[in-house]
Amino acid sequence: MTAPLSPSVEPLRQTFGDAVTRHVVSCGDTIVYVERDRAHDVLAWLKTAPGQTFDFLTDVTAVEYRDPERPLEVVWQLRSLARKADLRVKTELEKTGPLEVRSVTDLWRGADWLEREVYDMFGITFAGHPDLRRILMWETYAEGHPLRKDFPLRGHFSRAEQTRQALAANPEAHYSMEELSIAEAYDEIPADMRERLARGERGFLR
Amino acid sequence: MGLTNPATEYSGDDGTTVSSVSPNWVTTRLDFLTNWARSNSLWPMPFGTACCAIEFMATAASRFDLARFGMERMSFSPRQADVFICAGRVPFKLAPVLRRIWDQMPQPKWAISMGACASTGNIFDNYSMVQGIDTLIPVDVYVPGCPPRPEGLIYGIRLLQKKIMGESLADDMLRDEHPVSPSGLYLPPDRVDELSEPFGNSVHQTRST
Repeated sequence: MTAPLSPSVEPLRQTFGDAVTRHVVSCGDTIVYVERDRAHDVLAWLKTAPGQTFDFLTDVTAVEYRDPERPLEVVWQLRSLARKADLRVKTELEKTGPLEVRSVTDLWRGADWLEREVYDMFGITFAGHPDLRRILMWETYAEGHPLRKDFPLRGHFSRAEQTRQALAANPEAHYSMEELSIAEAYDEIPADMRERLARGERGFLR
Repeated sequence: MGLTNPATEYSGDDGTTVSSVSPNWVTTRLDFLTNWARSNSLWPMPFGTACCAIEFMATAASRFDLARFGMERMSFSPRQADVFICAGRVPFKLAPVLRRIWDQMPQPKWAISMGACASTGNIFDNYSMVQGIDTLIPVDVYVPGCPPRPEGLIYGIRLLQKKIMGESLADDMLRDEHPVSPSGLYLPPDRVDELSEPFGNSVHQTRST
């Protein structure tokens, strides 16, 4: 059965030319590979162009393949709610170079936490992200980035050291102004916590 | 009575108990009364994190019914709870919360580790999961299962009740608090590593340390 190619591929190639390196159809999904430096422009065009309107960012994630010579890939899964169309955009990051790509939080606000997760698990930084810190692991997690292939399954530290660091954490230090966005609750939090928030203090190991 | 710290003073089984009251017939009758009252009115602190919590709710519901054991009053405030039931997997991020809830419970308190995740970490033998809450708090009863059947949890609760019936007022060190030691651990580090050692299928399914 021939899988349908997304109608966005042709307009993309016409608009961006060489920035679109290749496209693939896999299991009914269209995947477009773009160059890292033009990725943000491509995504902005895909979001706003009249025939595209990919207004919903389903996911931002990353892939590291078992073959160590393949580069890391950052994946944006897009959806057009009105047209009910999906598209996957990928860019490749060589492991020898800087693991950095431009953030798309200015296009889709939902990319905030999605990019934080990619940073936490893979160590890929997103330039222009308003608050790039760990989200799944605790903020002062020092063992590295867990989903990398060179990260051992059980972590680098011994279980005793992991337990010790976990018990030393202060759970109440992990709120930011953005997370405490419920305005009513701001007045009810204790004074020292309000002070900490005002100072912009993040989590710390006691 | 007081504070003893397993991380620094752990010496394994001792056998001797220190008592400020010489046991006699009256204390045995008092023991029976106290223990009977305590074991039949255990107010659980349901520290439900995952799937085992659903099974705990099912056990509390009408078909299996924890009310007949005096446990229908769930206490989500640890200050009013007797038994800490950890139902579900515990990530390291949740560990200080779990420890704080346990510390906030007043004596007499007991802990039930419900399910395989709370007992040993279960299939989640990785960088983020606590390999058994006994590395964090003292556990009285372990209930195996993923999740344990309600009958299994009730069996564990009955075991705890029998354990409580066997307690004695004359045993001074029984109700000691075991806080986290100044080194930052509840148990000595080699003991934590020993308890967290992979076993069973985990031993063969590792590609790393």
